[in-house]
Amino acid sequence: MNHLNQYVLSVKVENKTGVLARVVGLFSARGYSIDSLSVSKTQHDDVSVITIVVKGDDRVIEQVKKQLNKLIDIIKVTDHTTVSSAQREIAMIKLQLSPVKRVEIFQIAQTFNAEIIDLSQKTITFQIVGPPNKVENFIDIMRPYGIKELIRSGRISFLRESHNL
Amino acid sequence: MKMKGARIIVESLLKEGVEHMFGYPGGVVIPIFHELFDAPLNFVLSRHEQGAIHAADGYARACGKPGIVLATSGPGATNLITGLATAYMDSIPLVVLTGQVSTEMIGNDAFQEADVTGITRPVTKHNYLVQDVRDLAKTIKEAFYIATTGRPGPVLIDIPVNISNAETEYIYPETVEIRSYKPNYKGHPVQITKAVEMIAASKKPVVYAGGGIILSEASKELQEFIRKTGIPITTTLLGMGAYPETDELSLEMLGMHGTYYANHAVHESDLLIAIGARFDDRVTGKITEFIPHAKVIHIDIDPASVSKNVVVDIPIVGDCKTVLKDLNKKVIAPDIDEWVKHVKAMKKDNPLFYEDVEDVIKPQYVIERIYELTKGDSIIATEVGQNQMWAAQFYKYTQPRTFISSGGLGTMGFGLPAAIGAQIAYPDKQVFNIAGDGSIQMNIQELIVAVQLRLPVVIAILNNGFLGMVRQWQQLFYDKRYSSTCLECSPDFVKLAEAYGAIGIRVEKKSDVDAAIKEAISQTQIPVVIDFRVDREENVYPMVPAGKSVKDIIMRELA
Ligand SMILES: Cc1ncc(C[n+]2csc(CCOP(=O)(O)OP(=O)(O)O)c2C)c(N)n1
Repeated sequence: MNHLNQYVLSVKVENKTGVLARVVGLFSARGYSIDSLSVSKTQHDDVSVITIVVKGDDRVIEQVKKQLNKLIDIIKVTDHTTVSSAQREIAMIKLQLSPVKRVEIFQIAQTFNAEIIDLSQKTITFQIVGPPNKVENFIDIMRPYGIKELIRSGRISFLRESHNL
Repeated sequence: MKMKGARIIVESLLKEGVEHMFGYPGGVVIPIFHELFDAPLNFVLSRHEQGAIHAADGYARACGKPGIVLATSGPGATNLITGLATAYMDSIPLVVLTGQVSTEMIGNDAFQEADVTGITRPVTKHNYLVQDVRDLAKTIKEAFYIATTGRPGPVLIDIPVNISNAETEYIYPETVEIRSYKPNYKGHPVQITKAVEMIAASKKPVVYAGGGIILSEASKELQEFIRKTGIPITTTLLGMGAYPETDELSLEMLGMHGTYYANHAVHESDLLIAIGARFDDRVTGKITEFIPHAKVIHIDIDPASVSKNVVVDIPIVGDCKTVLKDLNKKVIAPDIDEWVKHVKAMKKDNPLFYEDVEDVIKPQYVIERIYELTKGDSIIATEVGQNQMWAAQFYKYTQPRTFISSGGLGTMGFGLPAAIGAQIAYPDKQVFNIAGDGSIQMNIQELIVAVQLRLPVVIAILNNGFLGMVRQWQQLFYDKRYSSTCLECSPDFVKLAEAYGAIGIRVEKKSDVDAAIKEAISQTQIPVVIDFRVDREENVYPMVPAGKSVKDIIMRELA
C-alpha cells in the first residue's frame, strides 16, 4: 500500500435520509475506515455538514472527493487538510480519583482549561475542548492517572477568513 | 385533481412520454398494475425481473430514451441488482420503480421486505424511498431528470404500498430544481483553445472515442471532427458505431481484444484525444506502459472520470456533443500525413485474422456472414465472452446504437433480453442476439416474451460446448486445466426453441451457415434460435493479456 496521509473533508449535504450512508459508503467500498466523523445541521434546517477525518492514499482521496461531489444530495465538498481552518474536538474523560494525586490532576486540568463535569467519591470527569492535538495531549498526560472511561466527539472544522491565525 | 398514488405513478409516466415499460408483478405493486391495466402504454411482462431490467436497458441503448422498469418488493427488487449494476457501469438511463412494504412495516422483517435503497445505493446514480404520497410526482420528475442528464444512469424509486394507495392532489411539476445537481455541459473555452493548439501541434494524434459519444448523440460531430482533422480514430467496445468502421481512418476497437493497429497507434501516439471514454483497464492494459509518449486531452461529462486512471494534460469537462461542436468551430488540422500513412500501413499489414477452414464452422465466419447477409444493417446485442468479442471484431458497425453489449460489468445473460428491448424500440429492424451456449442459458426464459410479442429476434448461438472465454484463459494462462468450463451437458437448443414456440435451426456444416441465416432473417413474426456448432477451441485474437502492454500482444494461436 502507498503512503497514507490524513485528510479532513468537510461535506455540505442536503439533510435527507440516506445521505450519510452514501457518503460513508464511498470510503467503506474502498476498505477505508473513517478516523472520525461528525454530522449536524447548519444554520439552515435542510443543510448539514459532515466532517470526515480519514487516512488514505492521495490519489484515492482525490477520486473520492470527485465522487462525493457527484452524489446528488451533496452540495459541496471542501478539503480542510491543508487550508487554514479551526479544528475542534471534545473529549470526556473519567479518572480514578486517588487522594494523593488529586492536586496534581487539578493543576493539569487547569492548564488545559478542562472543565469538571462530574465529581464523585472515587472519580472525576473532565471535559476538554480544543484542537485535536491539545485533546490528544491532555489524554496522554492523564493516562498514567488511570482513565476509566473516555469518549471523543468527531472533529469539526471551520474555514478561517483570515490566513494568519 | 385528487388521485391515488398508483394512479399518480401511471399519469407521471405518461407525462414523461413513456410508451413501453418492462417488469413483473407482485403483492405490493398490485395497486400500480391495477392502474396499468387500461393505461395507454405497452407493458412488457418479462419472465424474470433480471430479464425486465436488461430489456429496458437494451431498449434505452437502442433508442436513447430511458428504460422503465416496475418490480415488486423483496425478491422482485433483489432480482434487479445485476441489471442495475450493468446499466450503472455503462451509464444507461433507467427509471426503476420497486414496490416496498407499507411504511409502518419497514424495518420489521415484514413479508418480502428488503432494504432496497440500501442494497442498490452503490449501483444506482441515485435512489429514493418515498415516504409521503405528496412527494411522489416530484420524485418521479426528479428521477427522470437525474437518469437522463449529466452522465446518465439508473435511478430507483422504492414505493411503499400504502403510498400507492394514499390519495393526494396530483400536480406534475413542470421543472426540476436540484441545487446540488447541476451537470455542466459546456466545455471551458480556455481549455478548448488549449486543446486546439495541442491538436494543431501534434505529430501522431489518435482519437479514442467511447460510449459517451453514443450517449450524447455526438456521432455527427465526431465525424465532422475527424473529417476536419484527418486524425485516425479508435473506439472502445461501447463506442462502436460512433464512427463508421468501414472508413479508412477507423482503427476499429482498441483494448484487450482490439485490433493490432488500434493498440499500436495509441501506444505510439504523441497525443491521445479521449472523448467520452474512461480509460478502463480492459482498454489500457498495464497503465504505465499504455501511452508512453502521449499527451492527453480528455473530454468527458463526468469530472470523476478525468485523471482517474491516467494523468490528463487538458481536461475538458462537458458534454461530448457540445464540446465537439465548439471544438469543430476552431480546430486546425495538424500536419500528419506521414503518421496517417504509417497507421494505414499497419492496418493493411495486420488485419483482424482467423484461419478459415472448410470442415468446421469458425465462429468468426458466422459473424462475417451475418454482417454480409444483413448488409451491416442489423442491431447486434451480444452476450459476454468470446461471442461478444467476435461480434465486436468481425461485424463492421457504421451507425450508433447498433451494437448493444454489457461492457463495464460484462453481464452474461444480458444479450437476449437486451435484444428484445431493442426490437421493441425498433420493430422493423433486424435484431440479432449473438450468444454463447453458456450465456444464453442465463436468461433463456425471456425467449417466451419474444414468442408472445411476435418479435423476430434471431438468436445466434456460437455453440462451442465451453464457457469459451474462461476456457481460453485457462488454455493460455492456467496450463489447460479446463476446470468447470466444459459444458458437456447442454439442452438441445433446437428442441428448446420449439418448446417455446420459436423456430430452431441447427447448423453443423459451414455450407449451411448462409441458408440458416437467410431463413432466420426472412421471419417477421417469430424468433429464431440458430444453434451454430462452431470450432470448440477457437480463441479470440489479438489478445493483450490482462495487466500487460501492447508489446505482449498475442496475434494468433501458438503452435
Ligand atoms: C453473470 C456472469 N457470470 C460469469 C461471468 C464470467 N465469464 C465471462 S465470459 C464467460 C464464458 C461465457 O461462455 P459462453 O456464454 O458460452 O460464451 P463464449 O465465451 O463461449 O463465447 C464467463 C463464465 C460473467 N461474465 N458473467
